[in-house]
Amino acid sequence: MSSPRTLLAIDKVSKNFGRVTAVDGISLDIRENEFFALLGPSGCGKTTLLRMLAGFETPNDGRILLDGRDIARTPPNKRPVNLMFQSYALFPHMSVRANVSYGLEMERLPAKEIRSRVDAILATTELVAFADRKPEQLSGGQKQRVALARALVKRPRLLLLDEPLGALDKKLRGAMQLELKRLQHEVGITFVIVTHDQEESLVMADRMAVLKDGKLLQCDTPHAVYEHPADRFVADFIGVMNFVPGKATADGVLAADGERIVGTVPSTVVPGAAAVASVRPERIRLFPSEQTANRIAGTVEALAYQGLDLQLHVRTALSPKPFLVRVTADAADRHPVSSGDAVELGWDAADVRIFAD
Amino acid sequence: MVSQIRLRSSLLMAPALAWLTALMVVPCALVLALAFFRRGIYGGIEYTFTLENFGLVFDPLYAGIFLNSARIAGTATLIAVVIGYAAAYAIAAAPRRLQPVFLFFAVLPFWSNYLIRTYAWIVLLNREGLITQLLRWLGYTGEPPSMLYTEGAVIAGLVYNYLPFVILACYAPLSRLNPELAEASRDLGASAMTTFRRVILPLTVPGIAAGAVFVFVLSIGNFVTPALLGGGRFQMIGNLVYDQFLTANDWPFGAALAMTLIAIMLLVLTAQALAADRASGRTAEAKGGADV
Repeated sequence: MSSPRTLLAIDKVSKNFGRVTAVDGISLDIRENEFFALLGPSGCGKTTLLRMLAGFETPNDGRILLDGRDIARTPPNKRPVNLMFQSYALFPHMSVRANVSYGLEMERLPAKEIRSRVDAILATTELVAFADRKPEQLSGGQKQRVALARALVKRPRLLLLDEPLGALDKKLRGAMQLELKRLQHEVGITFVIVTHDQEESLVMADRMAVLKDGKLLQCDTPHAVYEHPADRFVADFIGVMNFVPGKATADGVLAADGERIVGTVPSTVVPGAAAVASVRPERIRLFPSEQTANRIAGTVEALAYQGLDLQLHVRTALSPKPFLVRVTADAADRHPVSSGDAVELGWDAADVRIFAD
Repeated sequence: MVSQIRLRSSLLMAPALAWLTALMVVPCALVLALAFFRRGIYGGIEYTFTLENFGLVFDPLYAGIFLNSARIAGTATLIAVVIGYAAAYAIAAAPRRLQPVFLFFAVLPFWSNYLIRTYAWIVLLNREGLITQLLRWLGYTGEPPSMLYTEGAVIAGLVYNYLPFVILACYAPLSRLNPELAEASRDLGASAMTTFRRVILPLTVPGIAAGAVFVFVLSIGNFVTPALLGGGRFQMIGNLVYDQFLTANDWPFGAALAMTLIAIMLLVLTAQALAADRASGRTAEAKGGADV
């Protein structure tokens, strides 16, 4: 999928604005031809990090190595990196073609080459019919494609995308996620996308970095981040997770009501200390077999059909919040349940993740 | 229903219309009519139709004063636009909460009387004025420079008086400009200078045009500043009109001059309005941003 060669090395980069530390000693490597996502809640420093990669902010500390060369202090017009702005920032007084040509004119390329490269990228982004329009005459999705074409035509080593799908409606966003992936493959350029939408990064990214309060919490493939979150915050932020608070034991967590959740306790969690056991909704089974490591009785409080699967809220003694359970439509047909029913939930020890609380 | 609304809105407009008719349209019509009559032998007006007055406007002597006025107003406009745009740019680039403070100081001179503001320049520029004293203090011992009663003094007075208009007119589009547009230009490889020339300037031209037209129109017809700072040696159209009405007692010729001046102003304003109308499409988009 992605070659192991490192394209961009972010090395202990910090940035503060006055007394506020926006980015706090982040180090991570982005590989050639990778689709990389910077994910985190608002204020986590992801946008500041992106702006440092583009050249609009200078780090207070650390290095940013592109192809081994430190570009931390190179002005934005002198680095082979382009940014697709969240607002798209299309030049309103220029046509689509003029917008896309602008960056190549800055490189002082011959008019003929500019023309052919602009034609090619307009074709790739399906904008040929709109070449002579002004940005105000375009829909949101078309504007987004112009912004993308304008950045891609420069053939940057690295393309940065700041919340690229944020301004689009939900349905279009889904289509554009796949479209962006396809384009990235086609042009063979490394993409770094900033998003607060965890689903977006799970769908699109080859690897992702989860940031919080200016610090890097985890950097791995979406699958690894989803299945093995580094800490409680990541577990909660990515996808949906059920948490059972309690005390760590040698082989699990002792819940407040005396129930034991069996799972592997990581070395960072000391037995006796406060800990949470967690399990994903889709790992929980209704009416589990006798051999299932973790079993608990509960009452169905609410249920919602979501097409392919059924989502249940089950009240148990384990946690103050109801358990979220996702069962497939098949399983739901085999064991029909309705609101108010008493059920038994079960899940394997291997599906339990334990974190310090 | 519809006619009721129409009736109500015309009622609301009535006072303004009455005001404009009584104080603008009627006097202008009177002056216009005046321009087509003959001057009486002992002053006063002889009510016979003539086009002589307008013929006289194009006499080289008077046409020269028109051209001179246009040149002085044009120079003042150019200087005011350069200074005003730079000031507006600096204000728009300042932290958001300081911007109203700076704008307040930019407009502050407006709160004093136009005459007082112009007299202040006499205090500055006269032979024993503040500038001469400053030069003396710096060790200059020669003849005091003659600055007052020059064309430069007139231009300085005009620029000073109308600068706030330019600052306000340029500030509006500059402050609404999405800052990401300049960043996008830099990101695409443009230098700061190219970014200004190809992105910022074209998108703020409507503000420049509005401010420039304001300064030009107010300057070309101005008679107080050339009278006070030009010392009567530099006649502009305003002074000529003033003289015809109050000294030469040739009201018909004064009226013809005034009408020609009004025609020039209307032409400039119409041209600006047409250009602004054409450009309004692109400025609407310039405000853009995340609100798309």
